[in-house]
Amino acid sequence: MAVETVIDPALEARIEELVNTKVQELFQEQFQALVSQQTRQQAEAKSGPKRLALVASKGTLDMAYPPLILATTAAALGWEVGIFFTFYGLDILNRRKLSHLQVPPLANPAMPVPVPNFIGAIPGMTAMATGMMRGWMNRARMPSVPDLLKVAQDSGVQLFACTTTMGVMRTKKEDIIEGARFAGAAMFLDYASEAQVTLFV
Amino acid sequence: MAAPFVAEKTLDCQGTFCPVPIIQAHQAAAGMTPGQVLEVIATDPGSQGDFVAFAKNTGHELLHADEEGGVYRYYLRIAG
Repeated sequence: MAVETVIDPALEARIEELVNTKVQELFQEQFQALVSQQTRQQAEAKSGPKRLALVASKGTLDMAYPPLILATTAAALGWEVGIFFTFYGLDILNRRKLSHLQVPPLANPAMPVPVPNFIGAIPGMTAMATGMMRGWMNRARMPSVPDLLKVAQDSGVQLFACTTTMGVMRTKKEDIIEGARFAGAAMFLDYASEAQVTLFV
Repeated sequence: MAAPFVAEKTLDCQGTFCPVPIIQAHQAAAGMTPGQVLEVIATDPGSQGDFVAFAKNTGHELLHADEEGGVYRYYLRIAG
Protein backbone atom coordinates (compact mmCIF):
# COMPACT_ATOMS: atom_id res chain seq x y z
CA MET A 1 0.00 0.00 0.00
CA ALA A 2 1.49 3.30 -1.05
CA VAL A 3 1.83 5.98 1.52
CA GLU A 4 1.57 9.41 0.12
CA THR A 5 3.52 12.05 1.95
CA VAL A 6 2.15 15.45 1.53
CA ILE A 7 4.67 18.25 1.50
CA ASP A 8 3.81 21.84 1.43
CA PRO A 9 4.55 22.97 -2.16
CA ALA A 10 6.08 26.19 -0.85
CA LEU A 11 8.46 24.21 1.36
CA GLU A 12 9.35 21.89 -1.55
CA ALA A 13 10.22 24.87 -3.75
CA ARG A 14 12.34 26.32 -0.95
CA ILE A 15 14.26 23.03 -0.50
CA GLU A 16 14.86 22.78 -4.24
CA GLU A 17 16.16 26.33 -4.34
CA LEU A 18 18.52 25.69 -1.42
CA VAL A 19 19.85 22.49 -2.97
CA ASN A 20 20.42 24.22 -6.32
CA THR A 21 22.26 27.08 -4.69
CA LYS A 22 24.46 24.69 -2.71
CA VAL A 23 25.28 22.60 -5.81
CA GLN A 24 26.17 25.76 -7.73
CA GLU A 25 28.43 26.93 -4.90
CA LEU A 26 30.22 23.60 -4.67
CA PHE A 27 30.68 23.43 -8.43
CA GLN A 28 32.11 26.95 -8.58
CA GLU A 29 34.44 26.19 -5.67
CA GLN A 30 35.82 23.00 -7.24
CA PHE A 31 36.04 24.56 -10.70
CA GLN A 32 38.01 27.51 -9.35
CA ALA A 33 40.34 25.16 -7.45
CA LEU A 34 40.96 23.17 -10.62
CA VAL A 35 41.63 26.29 -12.71
CA SER A 36 44.03 27.75 -10.17
CA GLN A 37 45.83 24.40 -9.87
CA GLN A 38 46.28 24.24 -13.63
CA THR A 39 47.46 27.84 -13.80
CA ARG A 40 49.96 27.12 -11.05
CA GLN A 41 51.22 23.98 -12.82
CA GLN A 42 51.61 25.89 -16.10
CA ALA A 43 53.53 28.65 -14.33
CA GLU A 44 55.78 26.06 -12.66
CA ALA A 45 56.38 24.30 -15.98
CA LYS A 46 57.44 27.59 -17.54
CA SER A 47 59.74 28.66 -14.73
CA GLY A 48 61.29 25.21 -14.09
CA PRO A 49 64.63 24.09 -15.47
CA LYS A 50 64.95 23.19 -19.14
CA ARG A 51 65.06 19.51 -19.95
CA LEU A 52 67.21 17.59 -22.45
CA ALA A 53 66.21 14.07 -23.50
CA LEU A 54 68.77 12.09 -25.50
CA VAL A 55 68.79 8.71 -27.16
CA ALA A 56 72.23 7.07 -27.40
CA SER A 57 71.97 4.24 -29.93
CA LYS A 58 75.60 3.68 -31.00
CA GLY A 59 78.31 1.76 -29.17
CA THR A 60 81.47 2.88 -30.93
CA LEU A 61 84.02 5.07 -29.14
CA ASP A 62 83.42 8.05 -31.43
CA MET A 63 79.64 7.86 -31.06
CA ALA A 64 79.73 7.56 -27.28
CA TYR A 65 81.09 11.09 -26.99
CA PRO A 66 78.31 13.28 -28.53
CA PRO A 67 75.52 12.25 -26.12
CA LEU A 68 77.86 12.39 -23.10
CA ILE A 69 79.24 15.82 -24.10
CA LEU A 70 75.74 17.23 -24.64
CA ALA A 71 74.47 15.70 -21.41
CA THR A 72 77.31 16.94 -19.18
CA THR A 73 77.19 20.40 -20.77
CA ALA A 74 73.40 20.67 -20.33
CA ALA A 75 73.77 19.62 -16.69
CA ALA A 76 76.40 22.36 -16.24
CA LEU A 77 73.87 24.84 -17.66
CA GLY A 78 71.46 23.78 -14.93
CA TRP A 79 69.21 21.66 -17.16
CA GLU A 80 67.56 18.35 -16.28
CA VAL A 81 69.05 15.63 -18.47
CA GLY A 82 68.11 12.06 -19.26
CA ILE A 83 69.80 9.69 -21.71
CA PHE A 84 68.10 6.55 -23.00
CA PHE A 85 70.78 3.99 -23.93
CA THR A 86 69.43 1.58 -26.49
CA PHE A 87 70.77 -1.16 -28.78
CA TYR A 88 74.56 -0.81 -29.20
CA GLY A 89 74.40 2.40 -27.17
CA LEU A 90 73.74 0.21 -24.11
CA ASP A 91 77.45 -0.77 -24.18
CA ILE A 92 78.17 2.71 -22.78
CA LEU A 93 76.39 1.60 -19.57
CA ASN A 94 77.92 -1.90 -19.59
CA ARG A 95 80.58 -1.98 -16.87
CA ARG A 96 82.55 -4.67 -18.72
CA LYS A 97 82.50 -2.79 -22.03
CA LEU A 98 82.39 0.96 -21.41
CA SER A 99 86.16 1.29 -20.98
CA HIS A 100 86.87 -0.72 -24.13
CA LEU A 101 84.68 0.94 -26.78
CA GLN A 102 86.26 0.80 -30.21
CA VAL A 103 86.19 2.72 -33.46
CA PRO A 104 86.16 0.75 -36.72
CA PRO A 105 88.22 1.91 -39.71
CA LEU A 106 86.07 -0.26 -41.99
CA ALA A 107 83.55 1.74 -44.05
CA ASN A 108 84.74 4.86 -42.25
CA PRO A 109 86.11 7.33 -44.79
CA ALA A 110 86.19 10.10 -42.18
CA MET A 111 89.29 8.75 -40.38
CA PRO A 112 91.98 11.50 -40.42
CA VAL A 113 94.34 8.88 -41.85
CA PRO A 114 92.11 7.26 -44.51
CA VAL A 115 92.21 3.47 -44.38
CA PRO A 116 91.09 1.64 -47.54
CA ASN A 117 88.32 -0.84 -46.76
CA PHE A 118 90.34 -3.88 -47.87
CA ILE A 119 92.99 -2.92 -45.30
CA GLY A 120 90.41 -1.94 -42.68
CA ALA A 121 89.05 -5.48 -42.88
CA ILE A 122 92.36 -7.02 -41.77
CA PRO A 123 92.29 -8.36 -38.18
CA GLY A 124 93.80 -5.89 -35.74
CA MET A 125 92.88 -2.80 -37.74
CA THR A 126 89.99 -1.90 -35.46
CA ALA A 127 92.31 -2.07 -32.45
CA MET A 128 94.80 0.10 -34.30
CA ALA A 129 92.22 2.72 -35.27
CA THR A 130 90.92 2.71 -31.70
CA GLY A 131 94.44 3.24 -30.37
CA MET A 132 94.89 6.16 -32.76
CA MET A 133 91.64 7.80 -31.68
CA ARG A 134 92.50 7.36 -27.99
CA GLY A 135 95.83 9.04 -28.77
CA TRP A 136 94.09 12.03 -30.37
CA MET A 137 91.67 12.24 -27.45
CA ASN A 138 94.54 12.26 -24.94
CA ARG A 139 96.42 14.87 -26.95
CA ALA A 140 93.35 17.16 -26.84
CA ARG A 141 93.01 16.36 -23.10
CA MET A 142 89.50 15.05 -23.64
CA PRO A 143 87.98 13.16 -20.72
CA SER A 144 87.55 9.41 -21.25
CA VAL A 145 84.11 7.81 -21.61
CA PRO A 146 84.18 6.53 -17.98
CA ASP A 147 85.26 10.02 -16.82
CA LEU A 148 82.38 11.70 -18.69
CA LEU A 149 79.93 9.13 -17.34
CA LYS A 150 81.08 9.92 -13.82
CA VAL A 151 80.68 13.69 -14.41
CA ALA A 152 77.22 12.98 -15.83
CA GLN A 153 76.17 10.93 -12.81
CA ASP A 154 77.68 13.40 -10.34
CA SER A 155 75.74 16.24 -11.98
CA GLY A 156 72.42 14.41 -11.80
CA VAL A 157 72.07 13.14 -15.37
CA GLN A 158 69.56 10.28 -15.44
CA LEU A 159 70.79 7.20 -17.26
CA PHE A 160 68.08 4.93 -18.64
CA ALA A 161 69.06 1.40 -19.69
CA CYS A 162 66.75 0.03 -22.39
CA THR A 163 65.35 -3.25 -21.07
CA THR A 164 64.36 -4.45 -24.54
CA THR A 165 68.01 -4.25 -25.59
CA MET A 166 68.97 -6.13 -22.42
CA GLY A 167 66.54 -8.87 -23.35
CA VAL A 168 67.64 -9.06 -26.98
CA MET A 169 71.36 -8.93 -26.21
CA ARG A 170 71.06 -11.07 -23.04
CA THR A 171 72.61 -8.32 -20.94
CA LYS A 172 72.50 -9.04 -17.20
CA LYS A 173 71.31 -6.40 -14.75
CA GLU A 174 74.64 -6.77 -12.91
CA ASP A 175 76.49 -5.71 -16.08
CA ILE A 176 74.84 -2.28 -16.04
CA ILE A 177 76.62 0.39 -14.01
CA GLU A 178 75.19 1.39 -10.66
CA GLY A 179 72.77 4.30 -10.67
CA ALA A 180 71.29 3.58 -14.09
CA ARG A 181 67.54 3.02 -14.24
CA PHE A 182 65.93 0.22 -16.22
CA ALA A 183 63.34 1.64 -18.58
CA GLY A 184 61.09 0.97 -21.51
CA ALA A 185 60.08 3.23 -24.38
CA ALA A 186 56.91 4.49 -22.68
CA MET A 187 58.82 5.70 -19.64
CA PHE A 188 61.38 7.50 -21.77
CA LEU A 189 58.70 9.03 -24.02
CA ASP A 190 56.90 10.34 -20.96
CA TYR A 191 60.18 11.87 -19.76
CA ALA A 192 60.94 13.28 -23.23
CA SER A 193 57.46 14.74 -23.61
CA GLU A 194 58.42 17.37 -21.04
CA ALA A 195 61.78 18.17 -22.67
CA GLN A 196 62.48 21.29 -24.68
CA VAL A 197 65.34 19.56 -26.52
CA THR A 198 65.24 15.97 -27.73
CA LEU A 199 67.99 14.42 -29.83
CA PHE A 200 68.67 10.98 -31.26
CA VAL A 201 72.34 10.02 -31.49
CA MET B 1 96.77 43.04 -20.92
CA ALA B 2 95.85 43.77 -17.35
CA ALA B 3 92.86 41.89 -16.01
CA PRO B 4 89.86 44.27 -16.10
CA PHE B 5 88.34 42.62 -13.05
CA VAL B 6 89.76 41.27 -9.83
CA ALA B 7 88.91 37.58 -9.79
CA GLU B 8 88.58 35.52 -6.61
CA LYS B 9 89.39 32.41 -8.62
CA THR B 10 91.14 31.73 -11.92
CA LEU B 11 90.49 28.63 -14.00
CA ASP B 12 93.05 27.74 -16.65
CA CYS B 13 91.39 25.66 -19.36
CA GLN B 14 94.00 26.28 -22.05
CA GLY B 15 94.46 23.33 -24.37
CA THR B 16 91.11 21.74 -23.54
CA PHE B 17 87.99 21.63 -25.69
CA CYS B 18 84.23 21.54 -25.18
CA PRO B 19 82.80 20.30 -22.83
CA VAL B 20 85.75 20.62 -20.43
CA PRO B 21 85.83 24.45 -19.92
CA ILE B 22 82.07 24.61 -19.23
CA ILE B 23 82.11 21.58 -16.90
CA GLN B 24 85.10 22.97 -14.99
CA ALA B 25 83.55 26.45 -14.80
CA HIS B 26 80.34 24.92 -13.46
CA GLN B 27 82.29 22.94 -10.83
CA ALA B 28 84.36 26.01 -9.88
CA ALA B 29 81.25 28.21 -9.60
CA ALA B 30 79.62 25.66 -7.29
CA GLY B 31 82.47 26.15 -4.82
CA MET B 32 82.30 29.95 -4.85
CA THR B 33 80.04 32.41 -3.04
CA PRO B 34 77.55 34.66 -4.88
CA GLY B 35 79.03 37.94 -6.05
CA GLN B 36 82.56 36.57 -6.42
CA VAL B 37 84.28 36.78 -9.81
CA LEU B 38 85.53 33.72 -11.68
CA GLU B 39 88.13 34.19 -14.39
CA VAL B 40 88.33 31.52 -17.09
CA ILE B 41 91.23 31.29 -19.54
CA ALA B 42 90.57 29.13 -22.60
CA THR B 43 91.88 28.45 -26.09
CA ASP B 44 88.88 26.62 -27.59
CA PRO B 45 87.30 29.08 -30.10
CA GLY B 46 83.91 27.48 -29.32
CA SER B 47 84.19 28.83 -25.79
CA GLN B 48 83.14 32.29 -27.06
CA GLY B 49 79.57 31.21 -27.70
CA ASP B 50 79.61 28.62 -24.93
CA PHE B 51 80.30 31.10 -22.14
CA VAL B 52 77.57 33.47 -23.36
CA ALA B 53 75.14 30.51 -23.26
CA PHE B 54 76.54 29.38 -19.88
CA ALA B 55 75.88 32.83 -18.40
CA LYS B 56 72.40 33.04 -19.94
CA ASN B 57 71.38 29.62 -18.61
CA THR B 58 72.94 29.74 -15.13
CA GLY B 59 72.38 33.38 -14.20
CA HIS B 60 76.09 34.03 -13.67
CA GLU B 61 76.84 37.45 -15.16
CA LEU B 62 79.39 37.56 -17.98
CA LEU B 63 81.13 40.80 -16.98
CA HIS B 64 83.75 40.79 -19.66
CA ALA B 65 85.20 38.66 -22.44
CA ASP B 66 88.26 39.26 -24.56
CA GLU B 67 90.65 37.50 -26.91
CA GLU B 68 94.35 38.06 -27.42
CA GLY B 69 96.50 35.85 -29.60
CA GLY B 70 94.07 32.95 -29.51
CA VAL B 71 93.66 33.09 -25.74
CA TYR B 72 90.16 33.86 -24.48
CA ARG B 73 89.43 35.33 -21.06
CA TYR B 74 86.02 35.36 -19.43
CA TYR B 75 84.97 37.06 -16.21
CA LEU B 76 81.83 35.73 -14.57
CA ARG B 77 80.10 37.14 -11.50
CA ILE B 78 78.69 34.18 -9.62
CA ALA B 79 74.89 34.28 -9.26
CA GLY B 80 73.12 34.24 -5.89
